Parts: sequence; C-alpha cells; structure tokens
Amino acid sequence: MVALAPSLGTILDVRRRAAWREPSALPGFRGAFAFTLVYAGLIILLPLAALVARPWEHSPADLVHGILQPRTLAALRLSFVAALAAAVVNTAAGLVIAWVLNRYDFPGRRVVDALVDLPFALPTAVAGIALATLYGPNGWIGSLLAPLGVKVAFTPLGVFVALLAVGLPFVVRAVQPVLEDLDTALEEAAQTLGANTLQTFARVILPALSPALLTGFSLAFARGAGEYGSVIFIAGNMPGVSEIGPLVIVTRLEAYDYAGAAAVGLTMLAISLAVLIATNWAQVRLARRGAP
Amino acid sequence: MTASTRALRRATGFGPVLIALALFWLALIIGAPLATVVAEAWSKGSEAFFNIFKQPDALAAIRLTIIVAAIAVPLNAAFGLAAGWSIAKFEFRGKALLLALIDLPLSISPVISGLVWVLVFGARGWFGPILDVAGVKIIFALPGIVLGTILVTVSLIAREIIPLMAEQGSDEELAATTLGAGGWTVFRRVTLPNVRWALLHGVLLCNARAMGEFGAVSVLSGHIRGLTETLPLHVEALYNDYDFVGAFAAASLLAGLAVVTLIAKSALERVGAPRSTT
Amino acid sequence: MTLTIDRIYKQFGRYPALTGVSLEAKDGEFLTLLGPSGSGKTTLLRVLAGLETPDHGCVFLDGVDFLALSARERRIGLVFQQYALFRHMTVAKNIAFGLDVRPRHQRPAHATIKARVDELLSLTQIEGLGGRYPAQLSGGQRQRVAVARALAVEPRLLLLDEPFGALDTKVRKELRGELRRIHDTTGVTTILVTHDQDEAMALADRVVLMNQGRIEQIGTPAELDAAPASPFVFEFLGGCNRLPCEVGGGVARFEGFAAPLVESIPTKDGYGVALFRPADTRLDLGANAAGLPVRIVDIRGRGALRTIECQTLGGLRLTAELTEQAAAAFEAGQRAKLTARRAVIDAQDAARPDASATVEKLASTTSNAVRR
Repeated sequence: MVALAPSLGTILDVRRRAAWREPSALPGFRGAFAFTLVYAGLIILLPLAALVARPWEHSPADLVHGILQPRTLAALRLSFVAALAAAVVNTAAGLVIAWVLNRYDFPGRRVVDALVDLPFALPTAVAGIALATLYGPNGWIGSLLAPLGVKVAFTPLGVFVALLAVGLPFVVRAVQPVLEDLDTALEEAAQTLGANTLQTFARVILPALSPALLTGFSLAFARGAGEYGSVIFIAGNMPGVSEIGPLVIVTRLEAYDYAGAAAVGLTMLAISLAVLIATNWAQVRLARRGAP
Repeated sequence: MTASTRALRRATGFGPVLIALALFWLALIIGAPLATVVAEAWSKGSEAFFNIFKQPDALAAIRLTIIVAAIAVPLNAAFGLAAGWSIAKFEFRGKALLLALIDLPLSISPVISGLVWVLVFGARGWFGPILDVAGVKIIFALPGIVLGTILVTVSLIAREIIPLMAEQGSDEELAATTLGAGGWTVFRRVTLPNVRWALLHGVLLCNARAMGEFGAVSVLSGHIRGLTETLPLHVEALYNDYDFVGAFAAASLLAGLAVVTLIAKSALERVGAPRSTT
Repeated sequence: MTLTIDRIYKQFGRYPALTGVSLEAKDGEFLTLLGPSGSGKTTLLRVLAGLETPDHGCVFLDGVDFLALSARERRIGLVFQQYALFRHMTVAKNIAFGLDVRPRHQRPAHATIKARVDELLSLTQIEGLGGRYPAQLSGGQRQRVAVARALAVEPRLLLLDEPFGALDTKVRKELRGELRRIHDTTGVTTILVTHDQDEAMALADRVVLMNQGRIEQIGTPAELDAAPASPFVFEFLGGCNRLPCEVGGGVARFEGFAAPLVESIPTKDGYGVALFRPADTRLDLGANAAGLPVRIVDIRGRGALRTIECQTLGGLRLTAELTEQAAAAFEAGQRAKLTARRAVIDAQDAARPDASATVEKLASTTSNAVRR
C-alpha cells in the first residue's frame, strides 16, 4: 500500500535531462560524447581557429596584400586550374573505369579493382618521385614525349599529370556503389522501348549517375588543389610558372611569416570549401530530381 | 570496395574497347609510377637496394614512422568509436554540425594541416612563448609530427564506423540492455563485434595514410636527419641528394606497405561483406 | 507479478502519445495492447521496458516502483518487432546472453547456462539450431529465438512488440498458437502489442483496446465483442455497416424510416451514424415486416456463409451476412426489409458536416416515408 503512492523520485526525475537531446535507455552517451567533442575540438577546431584568426593579426590590408602578390596569385591559379582540369578528366576516366569494373567480367578484374585505390594508400612522396622520374627527360614516358616537343616534368603540365592519379579513385569509388544499385531492368526497359545503346546511356544511366559523378568530381578537385607531395617533385617549382599554392605556404613558413602563410592557407581552404558546398548543393538538387 | 553480386556480362560490342581503354589508363596513371619505383630501386642491383637497411638514418626514419603511426592510429580509432557511439546511437541537436566537422579535415590540404599546428604551437604561435618558457618542444619534434598526422587522418576511421553504426540502429544494444547488460558490456559484446570489419578497414587506411603522410609532416618536422625525419621525408631527402637508388629503395618500402594495405583491404571486404549485408 | 500502470502521460514534442493510461495486469495474465498505428500501444510497451520514460504517472510491479529501475535492472523479456538478434552470435549465444552478462557472483555456471539454453531451444521447438547464426534462419525461427532469448533471464514480464509483423500469414497463425502454449507453460505475465484484431482476440486473456493515447476498453475478447464500450471499439473490432440516422424520442430514423431495433441504444437526440455488423443484419421478405426497405443487389460467397449486398432507397450500400440456408430464400433484385440485431449509434460522427448533410438530404427525399 505504500507502493501505490508514486515515489517522489519518480515524479521529480521526469525529464530532468536537457532538451537538446532525446533520452535513451542506452548508457554511455556522456562519456563518449565528451571525448568526441574534446578530441574534435583540440584536433580539428583549435588549429582551424588559428587558421581563421591569424591572417588578420597585423591588419586586413596585410592579408589582401599578401594574397595579391603576383607570385602568390600565380601559384593559387596553377593549383586550382590544374585541379579543375584534372578533376574533369578524372570524372570521365573514372566513369569509364567504374563502368568496366562493374559491368564486365575479364581476367584480373579483382586486381584492377583493388589497384584503383593505390593513390589513396601510396604515400604522396613516393608517387611524386616516381612521376618525376617517369616523365623526366630520361624516363620511360618522358623520353617518348621529348621528340614530340612535349615537356611534362618541371612544367605546369606536370602538375596536371600528377593530379590525374590523385583524383581518380575518388570518382571511381563514388560512382561504383550507385552503378551497383542501378537496376539493370532500367536499361533493359529502355532497350525494349527502342532506345539504342547511346540513348540508353545518355538518357537513363548518366542522369542516375550524375550526383555521384558530381561528388567524385568535387572530392577530386578539393584534394587536387591542396595536393603537395606528388606534385612538388614533378612541378619544378619555378616561381610564377610552376609553383603551387601549398608550396607558397611552406616558403612563407620557412621565413616565419605566419600571417602570410595563414592568409594563403585560409584562401585555399575557403575556395575548396566553397566548391564543395556548391557541388553538394547541386548534388542534393540532382538527387532530389532523380528520387523515385 | 564493391562486393559485386550481380552477374557480370561477357564483354560484347563496345565492351572490349572500353575495357582496353580503362586498362590502358590505369596502367598509365597508376601502374607506370608503381613500376618505376620498383625498377629504379633495383636498377643498381640488390646490394644497392639492401644498402638502405644499413644506414642508421634510414632505420631511424623507419622507427619514427612506426612510432608516429602507433600513436596516431589508436587515438583516431578511439575517436572513431566514441564518435560512432554518440552520433549513431543517440539523438541530439547539432549532430549534422559535428559530422561536418569530422569530415572537414578530408578537404584540407596536408600542408595546411601542418601549417595550422605551427600557428598554434610554433615559435611565433599562440602557445609558442609559453611552451618555450616551459621547455616543451612541439613543432619540429615528435609531438608536432604526431599532431599533424592525426589531423590528416582523423576522419578516416570515424567515417567508416559512423555510417555502419547508424545503419545498424540501436535495437541490438537496447535488447542487450533489457537483458541486463551494462553499458560497457553492451559496447564490447554487441556494438564492437558488429563494426569490427569496418573498424579494421578504417585502421588499415588510417595506418597507410599515417605512415605515408608527407605534406603536414614536412611542415612540422624540421627535417633533422636521424631525429625528426619520417620515412617519406627521408625519401625526399635522399632524392634531393641525388641518391636515387636510396630514395627509390626507401620509396619501395612505402609502396610495399601500400600494396599490402590494398591486399588486406580487399581481403577484408570479401570477409566482412557477406555478414554485414544480412 | 501484478503489474499496475497508473495514469501514464507521455508527449513527443507536441504530439501526445499517451494521455493518462491506467491498467492492471494480473499475475500470469496474457494481455494484448490493440489499436491502430499511433494509438500509443508501442509507446506504452516501451515505457514498461524502460526504453521510454513517461512524463507523468507510475508503474508498479508487485508494489515495486518500476520506473525507478533502469531498463537493465527491470528484468523484463522484450521481443522486438524486428527481433534485434545479435547478428554476430550464434542462436545459443543469443539465448545465453542475458545470463552471460550477469556479474560474476550472480552468473550461473557454464553447465547451468547450457542446460537452460537447451531447455529454451526445446521449449521454442528450435532444437538443433543452436549453432546457427541469425542470418541463416527463417523469419519464424528468428522469432522463436527472440522469444527464447527473452525468456532466458526468467523475466518478471514478457513484452512483445508486434512479434508477428514480419511474418507471412501461414507462419503467423502457427506461431500464434505456439506463443500461447509457451505462455501457458511458463506462466509469465505477458503483454503483446498488435494492430491485428484477430491476433489480439485469439491470443489474449484480456484485450486492451487503445486509441489516440487513451484506453478505449479493457476486457476479455468475449466482453469486447458482446459489449463494446464505444463506437470506436465496435468499429475497430469488425467490418461495419454505416447508416446515417436521426435520433429523436428514443427512436432512430434511417432515411425517414423508424427502425425499432436500435431503440435500446441510449443516446442524445440529434444526428448520428448507426454501426452494425453484417453478421447482425437480418433480411425479411414479408411485405408487412418491419425494417428499412432495401433492394438486394448481389449475393456472393462460398461455403457456409453468403454475403448479400443491399441498397437502400437513398442509394446507400449495406451488407448482410447470412448462412447458406438462410440466404437460399433470397435472390438479386428482390425487395426486402433490413433490420439489425445489434447496433451502436456514433453521435460524434454526425458532427461531420458531410454526414449530417447526407442525413438531411435522405430525410427530405423520402417525405412519403411511412412513420410509426
């Protein structure tokens, strides 16, 4: 009979928790969440806060001046233009490779499939010296191109070539799962309705893949614009000609010009994020259009 | 990455052309550089190749690389699991923001990932003067290299685990709770086994990237031979010294690590895939 | 184990899921929580399991404050809708889990656990499947494992959330009988959530019919059938004929015809909708018989029952369900008088403008109706 009176604890305990999270019968949120926040705060947020704060410490004019130097501008332009060009080529090449890997059976398919990830796993410095040698005057490919008057190593073209390898897996791995899920019945339906191979591809398959292609493109672009290791060996690093953005940061840091280095870093990050956000927005719209 | 279940077609029509095109491109973009590494490393014979393992600087670089990965990878794994547990098993406001923050390092240039730590801990950084007084060295020393490596690889494990945990939901954990299991038991006996393949997958990738990191470490290391030089930095140093055989021998070690990682990864995808899809 | 639920309130954001639910379950009783989706039945089950905390109210189990205990401490057996079996553990490991995770000093010996698992495997009739993984089982087998796992901890309360939802019709019927047998063998107080009235009626000692976060009625299946407490209960428990009517002076008028059969239903004067089951509907061919004049449109069915479609003068379709012999007297096109043995008048429905409009229209178009 005592029990029938609701215990004070039960009444008071109702919803004592903060409203920002839904209550759960599972324990351990507090600890895991606190660790996550502290870790992400110290490892990601704190250093990025420095990147955002420090370019302005002398005066905003300094920031603008630091960016607008011809040498810096040329380096940023090279990084972003080469990344853009490489991402475009990679989108096309990645689509073909993903298609071949998912649709056809041929000897060594699994090995090739695994090899696509090599640029993810191969240290950039290793790729860098390999590319510099390969496309150098005495390299396997460089010696073939030299008689044609094409110079790749130590020119802006070298930057572009290096970024081709860097971005490729992003596109392939973005497209593959979508291709996997794409119902072959769609293609078959298009064919029974009289579409030829090209029409089927252009009007049925490509629209379905476009959000994934856009994702792959933007990731390849962002990664390429910031790439350092695989580029500096082949680029030649001539100021104003084949010097890339990240190298300007390194040079300024070596001169203890923290604000200047931070200014270039912040600019590069801002451009990359703007492209990522824009493509993300476009991708969401594309996906919504394609939703059944 | 894809466990293909669909019946693959024999190539017909455009097929052989496309396959040839794809294989040629991959050979050019990925195969040729890899072959170059091997060919250059062995160009002066095996003695020149194995010479690398006799140089103290190279051995020190290998040791430092392993130490850095041994610190960075477990920390990032712990972070991935904690983030997965709190983000995938609970509902709270600001979740999307936290997820975006975790993804952010993937779109940051490695050089910037090094730069930011200099801005915080460098000689003219926010905490530089205090650290100088205290006699603690972070930049151009092991802690800086570790911090740079962690920042570059922080998202890799979390990104493998969070989507999988979210997809699995929390019914199994709730079931375990109603059966009397405590929080730690639920995690250890229900959650962890369910994500073990994804965790291992993430650890493999994270480890490969941590051992091979160049841009961030290059900014933070100070390039002191035998002391603050990781293996990728040692490759650069040898290359710049025109010791090409040495550089490519060291590089082929790293390339070997990458290839082993890929083999382990695709083996893991074959083991892990069947059960994770049911 | 007597379970007392006292005035439970639970709100999700602005949406009230439970609004003052009180209920008592006797020791060893099998209760079903029945209701349409969104009626609060699953929320109530989750409150009992400790997965949701109510905003107000109390739950006692044998006098112990249940809400003060965490889900972990309650020692209940919960069978999830999708079973939530541990996918990386064998069936035997799944069943043993609740015993395995006990603190060392409370944990039974290995042999005891093994014996208990074997006992449960045989109780749920899945002997020999102990070494399989959940992915290797059929839906019905998974459900048996889920029940066995829940029973392993000797729960004070067995809770099942739509346990038959994921199964096909044939397996569902079979497992229904199984579950009742397991309940009768173990004697554990059981609460099952379902939206299927056949299932609820077939399984339960008592059915708790819920709607919009409230309990509409609690009773044995026979009680619910015989004395529905509200039009909602009446309608939810079986297909209904709906006939707009006007109630005045204790008599209900359909299309202007007074129908004597519903006089016994006490209700306020005004417009309403009469609800009656096809099985309670009678047809009479006699010219002087009392009742609502209808025309027989169609007779269908096979076996012992016939469904007769009728149409009123106002064009409303009504259905009567007769035995084969009784139906033999009728054929399509005939005129007949329709009466109902039993009907419920839903006065609330008349508040809908379209419903009352229909009634008014019908009343006016049959001005030459014979009035008593």
